[in-house]
Amino acid sequence: MLTRRKLAVSTAAFALAAGFTGAAYAQQKTVVEFWHGLPQPLGGQLEQVVKGFNDSQDKIQVNPTFKGSYPETMQAAIAAFRAGNAPHVVQMFEVGTATMLSAGPAIKPVHQLMSETGSGFDAAAYIPAVRGYYSSKDGKMMALPFNSSTTITFYNKDAFQKAGLDPNKPPATWPEVADAARKLKAAGVTCPMTFSWPTWTQFEQVGALHDKPFASEANGFGGLNATLKINDPFFVKHLQTLIDLQKEGALRYGGRDNAADSLFPSGECAMIQASSGLRGRIIKEAKFNWGAAPLPYWPDAIASPKNSIIGGAAFWVMTSPKRTADEYKAVAAFFSYLARPEVDAKWHMDTGYVPVTLQGFELAKKEGFYDKNPGAEVPAEQLTRTATTENTMGLRLGNLPEIRNIIQEEMEKAFQGQQTAQQALDNAVKRGDTVLRNFERANKN
Amino acid sequence: MQRRVIFDNRALPYLLLAPQVAVTLIFFIWPAAQALWQSVHLQDAFGLRSQFVGLENFQAVLSDPNYLETVKTTIVFSASVTVLSLASALGLAVMADSKIRAASAYKTLLIWPYALAPAVAAVLWMFIFNPDIGILGRALNNLGYAWDYRLNDGQALTMVILAASWKQVSYNFIFFLAGLQAIPRSVLEAASIDGAGAVRRFWTITFPLLSPTTFFLLVVNIVYAFFETFGTIHALTHGGPGKATETLIFRVYQDGVVNHDLGGSSAQSVILMVIVIALTAIQFRFVERKVHYS
Repeated sequence: MLTRRKLAVSTAAFALAAGFTGAAYAQQKTVVEFWHGLPQPLGGQLEQVVKGFNDSQDKIQVNPTFKGSYPETMQAAIAAFRAGNAPHVVQMFEVGTATMLSAGPAIKPVHQLMSETGSGFDAAAYIPAVRGYYSSKDGKMMALPFNSSTTITFYNKDAFQKAGLDPNKPPATWPEVADAARKLKAAGVTCPMTFSWPTWTQFEQVGALHDKPFASEANGFGGLNATLKINDPFFVKHLQTLIDLQKEGALRYGGRDNAADSLFPSGECAMIQASSGLRGRIIKEAKFNWGAAPLPYWPDAIASPKNSIIGGAAFWVMTSPKRTADEYKAVAAFFSYLARPEVDAKWHMDTGYVPVTLQGFELAKKEGFYDKNPGAEVPAEQLTRTATTENTMGLRLGNLPEIRNIIQEEMEKAFQGQQTAQQALDNAVKRGDTVLRNFERANKN
Repeated sequence: MQRRVIFDNRALPYLLLAPQVAVTLIFFIWPAAQALWQSVHLQDAFGLRSQFVGLENFQAVLSDPNYLETVKTTIVFSASVTVLSLASALGLAVMADSKIRAASAYKTLLIWPYALAPAVAAVLWMFIFNPDIGILGRALNNLGYAWDYRLNDGQALTMVILAASWKQVSYNFIFFLAGLQAIPRSVLEAASIDGAGAVRRFWTITFPLLSPTTFFLLVVNIVYAFFETFGTIHALTHGGPGKATETLIFRVYQDGVVNHDLGGSSAQSVILMVIVIALTAIQFRFVERKVHYS
């Protein structure tokens, strides 16, 4: 029953709430539309970061909206741009970088945004492998790095123990990995090893680690006329090793994209090469002791491996005919907030993505995060262990998602025994180059 | 002879037709025209640069050996899904139509799968057939049969055919059951009295009398197999392994949405449109002659 008093209180509360909204309107907050592609629980954590910014000041309101997976978010942003209604900021996965850059007037490079709005922004604060991926040929930051990951190895310590392997000494080279996989198999492990994101982990990362080009023209940084280089004997030998291990039952192909992710936390596979972002899920689901290690390398190809390249996504600023200078200023303020070491370090520690700034990494160290979470420093260390070369800056290839699918398809045919490793990679290069030529043609001015 | 008996107002019939015409224009003619326009252009993803390239997109698609493989896969897939889902639905409908206990419970259970979204259905199938987490997939491997649809063309295609057919059986079942119940009992009883067995009764009386339903379902099922199985394939196999389960509509999505090749994707849509128009025309011209409408 609603008493008179309750009624009075609720009326007052209502009036108060209305007053607040009224006040907010009166202040004329600048609204920034921000589209992202992170599903739960990461999406919720990202929205918390945005809330942190919104609460930190009272002039700008950033509205985060989940638009589906990365490719769907990209599609939505492109469609919105075509309709003259692009969001201010869109989160785009790393393989969409070349497509975004070729968009020319559709995007506003971050370095330009920051200098125009007079924000003290220092691109050098970012980890080199991250900075390189999102910089133009002349080293200018094009997008704001945010959630970056890299590939590392996770291994099951219990299974290692069972197979007579040292659980505290994960295999460091490919011959050692093959050896460990065989021993695991002999000890009755049905899936000694697997990998997620086949193209990313087995070609893009393997190329970077060994300083071998994935494509010509500095992996596409040099121009749209790049061609694929993955039918080089080095990659053929690598793929052949994978095929041989699979035939022996020492390796399992776990499917496209991140389909193999579930095989490790469930205890099915004893080793997995996957995104460092898998860490959160392993912590939640794995019922065994596990460890994290850097990716293995081929000692006959390189004495000590180079830095790995990144995955994940960055924030791009989009243009629209009706955008005002105030709105760009608001975006710049939002970006400056995200670049703060404490924001970066917190995001890193909460999610398993790597810290994108050097200071963020230092801060996480200082807070003792790595002492409490052994193995969590592996991705950042692997990314920062060498200076980047033109083969380890990342990839700048048009329609890379399509090329990744082509490589996956040809790999699958090779794993089935329908073609040799050489044929698979020759086909991948031929089909991939067609994609690159079409992209070149469609994006020439 | 009086021709215009219903409307004495000239404008009214047009007005009544207008909503349907508008829907057709907005949801069919306009997108189809867009597809035609884009199929002869080369465009970047953002639509900033666009050039007329004539029939080049069609030429590129038709000279791609992978596209011809996809056409073959689509034919095998569509024919299998149509035959399998029609045959099993007919079998189930005949059984549910006979006098059995708890018939309504069976009917309800059989209709259920239709309420599922294709992607949800695919996830259910994955929980059954995934070699690592699926109940049956694991069992097969434990029994020594190497089941892994991620690396076996035949297994992958079989699985998407089964999943897509299963999804459609309910729809066909409803129509077949309605068709069966519309067949006059007296005819069947007369045949029984004359000594015709169950099999003979079915093929000489029931099946011919069901032909309008069957024909309608044939058209609907082919269209289903061509266009509406995308979600199932996408969630189960992503068109793989290799390109073993890539159908025409899947490739249209792949090239247009994932690969941002709007010209190529539109050219494929136009080809697909022509194929389906041709198929429908053939069905109505030739198959329909064998259909008996009472």
